[in-house]
Amino acid sequence: MTVLSVKNLNAWFGDFHAVKGISVDYPEKSVTAIIGPSGCGKSTYIRCLNRIHEEVPGARVEGEVNLLGTNIYDKTKDVVDLRKNIGMVFQKPNPFPNMSIFENTVIGLKLQGKSKKSELMEVAKSCLEKAALWNEVKDKLHQDASGLSGGQQQRLCIARALAVNPPVLLMDEPTSALDPIATAKIEELIDELKKQYTVVIVTHNMQQAARIADYTSFFVLGDLIEHGVSEDIFTNPKEKQTEDYVRGKFG
Amino acid sequence: MFRYRKFKNFLFLTFLLVCALTVLSPLLLVTQFVFIKGASSLNWDFFTALPKPVGETGGGMAHAILGTFYMVGIGGLIAIPLGIICGIYLSEFSRGSLSSLLRYSIDMMTGVPSIVVGIFAYLILVVPLKTFSALAGGVALAIIILPIVTRSTEEILKLVPNHIREAGLALGLPRWKVIVYVLLKGSRSGIITGVILAVSRAAGETAPLLFTAFGSMYFSSSPMEPMASLPVQIYNYAISPYADWQRQAWAGSFLLIIIVLGVNLGVRFYLNKNEVLQVFKRKKGQK
Repeated sequence: MTVLSVKNLNAWFGDFHAVKGISVDYPEKSVTAIIGPSGCGKSTYIRCLNRIHEEVPGARVEGEVNLLGTNIYDKTKDVVDLRKNIGMVFQKPNPFPNMSIFENTVIGLKLQGKSKKSELMEVAKSCLEKAALWNEVKDKLHQDASGLSGGQQQRLCIARALAVNPPVLLMDEPTSALDPIATAKIEELIDELKKQYTVVIVTHNMQQAARIADYTSFFVLGDLIEHGVSEDIFTNPKEKQTEDYVRGKFG
Repeated sequence: MFRYRKFKNFLFLTFLLVCALTVLSPLLLVTQFVFIKGASSLNWDFFTALPKPVGETGGGMAHAILGTFYMVGIGGLIAIPLGIICGIYLSEFSRGSLSSLLRYSIDMMTGVPSIVVGIFAYLILVVPLKTFSALAGGVALAIIILPIVTRSTEEILKLVPNHIREAGLALGLPRWKVIVYVLLKGSRSGIITGVILAVSRAAGETAPLLFTAFGSMYFSSSPMEPMASLPVQIYNYAISPYADWQRQAWAGSFLLIIIVLGVNLGVRFYLNKNEVLQVFKRKKGQK
């Protein structure tokens, strides 16, 4: 089943056309990696999928992004409600300052005002377990999150995104600020998350894409050059440009 | 070569040290002078009693101490919420010419001499109400506090990286909740520091109060009556020809410095203590 379907998506910064007419379908419970050289619009593209792109002054988007059958760019829909269905993890670990690990995990739910205190604790536990962080933090849930290591902070951010229970999770280079061990942990985690969530991940690291992604999209200068099953993209690409890039001839 | 470089290094370090000491010396001298002159004149009466009539020694400034807190309170109640809200607007919503006009006006307000602020409050409140009043004094102080709180809140909020805001929005939170529960909470200590700076500045202002609250020799709790304040009382006593009043002016100056310094250090210590406690807990957790 297709959870997320993008049709003819264009994005601009002022006059600069950063994302050019992209159309891709994302099947349920899959991991899709977006690779490409720097400045190819991968981050801009993924930021269009939860309407964070429009937070930048001068930014503009056209096209359709259908999430569970609803076009998120439909003018009659509330952007705040839409974002609840699509989580995001950023390049730099960004736990909220002056907040404990527990508060960071449940803040999304808490501020949506739906849950009781006892439920929040359960949600925190299950999300931190899903993010493979529970065992490391269970004795210090009420300490400030800034005391965690970079890798732990990033897993906390994943737990925070999971707590609102979105079917889709966007990740914008989630491991580029982390060391190899922390990176390996996040990669294992993504493999685990795939059982329940649909993941779209931007990465600079082709090996990472090959390791964790079922599907891979290759972007150059805002164009989608090729999209397909990861194995095909990395071993038997159809396009010359893709082949050059995955063989390391440019980028 | 090496010895020559070491010598140059020594020379410049000495120069920097002298500069630093020169900058610090006025603060030290003022504090020391006020301390020596003022501390000896402080006694219990000073905090609890009203002024005695001219000619009798003794008496105190209890009414002025209360008056300062009262009017700084009025000023703070008006200006702190307004300033924080303006700061949020400038940092979070400012796009276009309205905000640059607002920012420019706020900067101008910082530069307005405080005596002019006093005259303004006199014109809009004292003249129509036909009486000097604590309310007019409070409003004048609010005008002093407002721009400082606004700009410090704006600057502090601008220090929060954008990806923190985006992370909040990406959780499906409305913008106002991101601002109140994520940004303000995260920048709490910075914003409070700005507020304290503004309030301590207002507590020491004389000019805005001279012809608004005017001063008095009695206790007063009504905002519609003239009210004494420490700076105005100090001013009146210091220019008086009576030695006992001049002595009390020193004591008042000393107290004013202690209040401003005390509030400053107190809040900073409180904020730091929380952070220190956090570090301590963390260390314990690691063991």
